[in-house]
Amino acid sequence: MTALDLANQLRAKFGALLSEPTEFRGEITLRLDEPERVAEVCAFAKAQLGFNVLLDITSIDNYGETPRWTIVYHLCGLDHGCHLRLKTDVSEEKSELPTVTGVWRAADWHEREVYDLMGIRFRGHPDLRRIIMWEGYPYHPLRKDFPVAGKPSEVPDVAFTEAAPIEGGPFVTKPGGKDAIEREPRARSPET
Amino acid sequence: MADVHEITIRDPAAQAQAAQSQPPPGEDRQDLQGDKMVLNMGPSHPSTHGVLRIVLELDGETITKATPDIGYLHRGDEKIAENMTYTQFIPYTDRLDYLAPLANNVAYALAVEKLLGIHDKLPPRCQYIRVICAELARISSHLLGIGCYAMDLGAMTVFLLTFTEREKIYNLCEMLTGARFTTGYTRIGGVSRDTPPGWCEAVRQFLNEVVVNIAEVETLLTRNRIFMDRTRDIGVISKEDAIDYGLTGPNLRGSGVEYDLRKAHPYLCYKELQFDVPVGSVGDCYDRYLVRMEEMRQSVRIIHQCLDRIPGGFDNKPKEPVCVADGKIVLPPKHKVLTSMEELIHQFMLVTQGVNCPPGEVYFGHENPKGELGFYINSRGGGTPYRLKIRSPSFCNLSILPRLMPGHLLSDTTAILGSLDFVMGECDR
Repeated sequence: MTALDLANQLRAKFGALLSEPTEFRGEITLRLDEPERVAEVCAFAKAQLGFNVLLDITSIDNYGETPRWTIVYHLCGLDHGCHLRLKTDVSEEKSELPTVTGVWRAADWHEREVYDLMGIRFRGHPDLRRIIMWEGYPYHPLRKDFPVAGKPSEVPDVAFTEAAPIEGGPFVTKPGGKDAIEREPRARSPET
Repeated sequence: MADVHEITIRDPAAQAQAAQSQPPPGEDRQDLQGDKMVLNMGPSHPSTHGVLRIVLELDGETITKATPDIGYLHRGDEKIAENMTYTQFIPYTDRLDYLAPLANNVAYALAVEKLLGIHDKLPPRCQYIRVICAELARISSHLLGIGCYAMDLGAMTVFLLTFTEREKIYNLCEMLTGARFTTGYTRIGGVSRDTPPGWCEAVRQFLNEVVVNIAEVETLLTRNRIFMDRTRDIGVISKEDAIDYGLTGPNLRGSGVEYDLRKAHPYLCYKELQFDVPVGSVGDCYDRYLVRMEEMRQSVRIIHQCLDRIPGGFDNKPKEPVCVADGKIVLPPKHKVLTSMEELIHQFMLVTQGVNCPPGEVYFGHENPKGELGFYINSRGGGTPYRLKIRSPSFCNLSILPRLMPGHLLSDTTAILGSLDFVMGECDR
């Protein structure tokens, strides 16, 4: 039983909802067209295909593209040892999808983290609070439009932040710049 | 004369059950006698090993609810990674699980190499050095875990013994990498330098010394009545719970699940090495302690085998490479940069733009001392990741606390926390 077989079994059950499995470096990825049904797909994968461990849930900000968010689930089965990656896109207007905490309890903290750092809500989550940042922090720092230096914020008597002095950083060259000044700016303003 | 009151001795098992049972829907569990107390533990408490805060709700001395509060050590590592080249991020990985920086370096380098498609083309000497590094890190991390655990439970001597051994590992790190703590040793496609003269001999000598000390710790703890009373049948994690909450590493194996990434998905040269994977039977704090003890011995065994077989031998007379031979991935030797045009260009491109990775996405899980440390890299090509997610074992291992703590006594908190062996640097990232 390989991950590809299991992915095809999942496709046989949900048909056109799932894309063709793609393989890169021996890892199988399935794309789910309808984020509303993610819990159902996950429940089937756990119950019928033996994916009993949820390794990770993460999110990607496709800033400037639509749909803006991609949610990535990493599934693993301890008995067959296969991994499966499940991806689904969520639009910025909606920014919401059902929780999978009912399938794996490990999803609890992972979903809270996605909610905290990216600002995507999980409908039906038992306790959707910020987990890394504090209650009342106004931003979602992993979004691409949030500068790496940070933004000033204040919750009186609780906590505050100021933009960090990142002298001349980030130091990475920007590929595709038209001249050396644009390619290698010593001090790139935090807004870009 | 005062009235004599009957003292009722509460049955801990029944209490644990009552605490675990859910209240009927729409109705909060009522505190009729008004004797619940909320105790704030941390973020700065010796047994929280860093900055973990737990809000404990107590009924007498029994915990009825535990709410962990994390994030005090959040530095935005994932955000930072998006803004620098793959190589520049290596020193940041030191600061994840800062008790096993070498293992983090190895894990991260392997993840990027998987993205590049060169993870199975690493030179053999590099693979062996990396395995030695990862296993030394495991011994170091477990030594600290057990030493601090014993100290939390009142056994000071063990701490002194294990820290003596850790000091030797730090000396080995210094010889090998030039730094004791924040090693930053691996590079994409290899390691930063070959083993220095005399290092392999020093490792061998350390292994012979550490087994003596592990045996001594064993005599101090394993059949110690106080230690056993405080850890046996405390913090029992069932097999199902451990899997459901995504526990990994010694915490998962303590619950009797035989799952070790070094066996399940062998990477580097683990396929050629012989070692056993210890598992627990009950899943209590004592089992997790035993698993860590045995893992240290197995690590010693692995390093001995690596030293026996390391290609090129101790002093690498045959000049076995320690990096892949690809100028587009690994920095060229300095003397060539100054004399040869092609190497100069490679050097320039690598330093300014980073290793040019193909678009794609990979997840690589590494068996770290604390559990599965995974890096998910989403690349759109070029020298920086578009998104880098760190799946940290401590984060997942701690998520079981709200389920695990209720029903235990307040004094069991230290026993449970210590047995989970977490690091907040990795949990909060």
